[in-house]
Amino acid sequence: MKRKNWRGALLRPQFAALAAVLLINWLLFPGFFDITLQDGRLFGSLIDVLNRGAPVAILAIGMTAVIATKGVDLSVGAVMAIAGAVAAVLVTGGASAIVAVGAALLVGLLCGLWNGILVTYLEIQPIIATLVLMVAGRGLAQLVTEGSIVTFSDPVLIFIGTGSLFGMPMPIVIAAVLTLLATLIVRKTALGLLIEAVGVNRSAARFAGISSGLLLVLVYTFAGFCAATSGLIVAGDIRGADANNAGLWLELDAILAVVIGGTSLLGGRFSIPMSVVGALIIQAMNTGILISGFSPEFNLVVKSGVIILILIMQAPITSQWLRARTSERKAQ
Amino acid sequence: MNRALRPLLATTAIFVLAYLAAIIQFPAMLSTRVLGNFLTDNAFLGIAAVGMTFVIISGGIDLSVGAVIGFTTVLNAVLIMWLGLHPLFAFAISLTVAAAFGAVMGAAIHYLKVPSFIVTLAGMFLARGGASVLSPDSIGIKHEVYTTISKSYVLLPGGGRLTVIAMIMLVVFVLGMILAHRTRFGSYVYALGGSEVSAGLMGVPVARTTILIYTLSAFLAGLAGIVFSLYTSAGYSLSALGVELDAIAAVVIGGTLLTGGYGFIAGTFIGVMLQGLVQTYIVFDGSLSSWWTKIVIGGLLFLFILLQRLVFSAAAPRRKVFWKS
Repeated sequence: MKRKNWRGALLRPQFAALAAVLLINWLLFPGFFDITLQDGRLFGSLIDVLNRGAPVAILAIGMTAVIATKGVDLSVGAVMAIAGAVAAVLVTGGASAIVAVGAALLVGLLCGLWNGILVTYLEIQPIIATLVLMVAGRGLAQLVTEGSIVTFSDPVLIFIGTGSLFGMPMPIVIAAVLTLLATLIVRKTALGLLIEAVGVNRSAARFAGISSGLLLVLVYTFAGFCAATSGLIVAGDIRGADANNAGLWLELDAILAVVIGGTSLLGGRFSIPMSVVGALIIQAMNTGILISGFSPEFNLVVKSGVIILILIMQAPITSQWLRARTSERKAQ
Repeated sequence: MNRALRPLLATTAIFVLAYLAAIIQFPAMLSTRVLGNFLTDNAFLGIAAVGMTFVIISGGIDLSVGAVIGFTTVLNAVLIMWLGLHPLFAFAISLTVAAAFGAVMGAAIHYLKVPSFIVTLAGMFLARGGASVLSPDSIGIKHEVYTTISKSYVLLPGGGRLTVIAMIMLVVFVLGMILAHRTRFGSYVYALGGSEVSAGLMGVPVARTTILIYTLSAFLAGLAGIVFSLYTSAGYSLSALGVELDAIAAVVIGGTLLTGGYGFIAGTFIGVMLQGLVQTYIVFDGSLSSWWTKIVIGGLLFLFILLQRLVFSAAAPRRKVFWKS
């Protein structure tokens, strides 16, 4: 993949869409772009969009890698709930915050590893393999919390969800660091290329000497890790682990973010930063709907409209029609 | 013995064994009352699962069924309680709306060439959102037709009750079996699941069949919604949350191959009953909490996927490709 210049990258339709949504928000709510500094932390609607969008953005990072291999991970929402539950139960049981965070991330890695083994070695379709954990995962999370919402007051865990570093809320910092690291790792090494190769044609990639099995397991494990990180943020934000509602339907938001970011669902073409932009577009829409006074449920209708629009734009039938029209014009 | 029937037999055997084990522990579970409740409590799931079976046999997936059920309950409630329509008229409208919704999704899947799970995901958002826009709150339905239907039942020997909604489910299963195994449309569905390209080359009308499959699935989800509103006497936009997953689980447990081209409607019935058994067992036990249902169903799902892998890798002369590209 050749490096594009910055101006070209900024002219992508996703940035135009983000700008349009933010502009509409500004028209609805003139103070939208106001940012103030209070007690060493930035406040404002724009910061709020970034902050609220961080969990989905983090999920989208892992999901991008999975979708790039022609897979999908439906279990991330459930893994978020499990990770939050594990951290909350450990910390209320007297364990130190470091142990709790470490255990939660480890559980996320294990969940991802399980998905990866199902997809790679048992050769189950990804959508079904991850469905198992999606169905059972919430049950497991409830098993960990014993059905109640476990609240905690551990300062470190709360800091992950609500604290701030250099004036930026912690979720934004974590999401930014993860985005940067993941992008650097896939683009400055051959890893991104290998993932794309597996996504285009798994057998061909194996014959070309890529250990595609190991790579697939790695990708699902990474998605599990991202989900656990996101679960920690959500748990820290509400100061508790809610096994039923933590991360509910967020897997769908994450997939939507990846699709908006232009990653092909047929595998082989992906961009982690663009998926994060996709997550921000979704959150900017959410915030816009909330501040304009519509009921939050209205969100779903708007989201489905966005998906339909993207599908029509990406469809081969549309590009054929466009090509036919341009060639007609040239003929005249 | 026909090798193709093996997964169906395995499912049936597991159901019978599980039921026997449950009876040994709780002898009261062997009664027509419990069986009648099995059917009534899972009627909406069963009806939706029949549609899902057709979709999965054709190689697709329909994530919108739970949302369509929720939407139909709200639409019914709005038509009956707010507009004062007769319930039967409201049912006709709801079924038409649901079927049209499915037809549009089917057309989008075929003509836009996108994976079915993305289109039906958009459909799920749209149906849930639409239901919440109609009414975010639960609407109770009070109408004499509703009370008559929910009060009427056939008394089974042993005191069990075969309710109207249970009968609707059984009729849907019988009709589904006839449609899948005895009609041209049924063969088209199996052919599409085997390979869309070969099916097209053999003269299967791919576009029409795809649209009809999703129309059927959404129509049955609409019917499931009506049954659900009869069952609860209410319309609520968040009802039947996650039923699509239960339906998929029932289909898979019933032995239908997720890659398409192979499966049974009868197996889905056993899958639904097995889920009902898990729930009933947990109620009988009393000490197990409700979240065990999810874990056990997840475990069963895994077990059956594994079973399919083993049976089919042993049966196929060469390695069957489980990745549908």
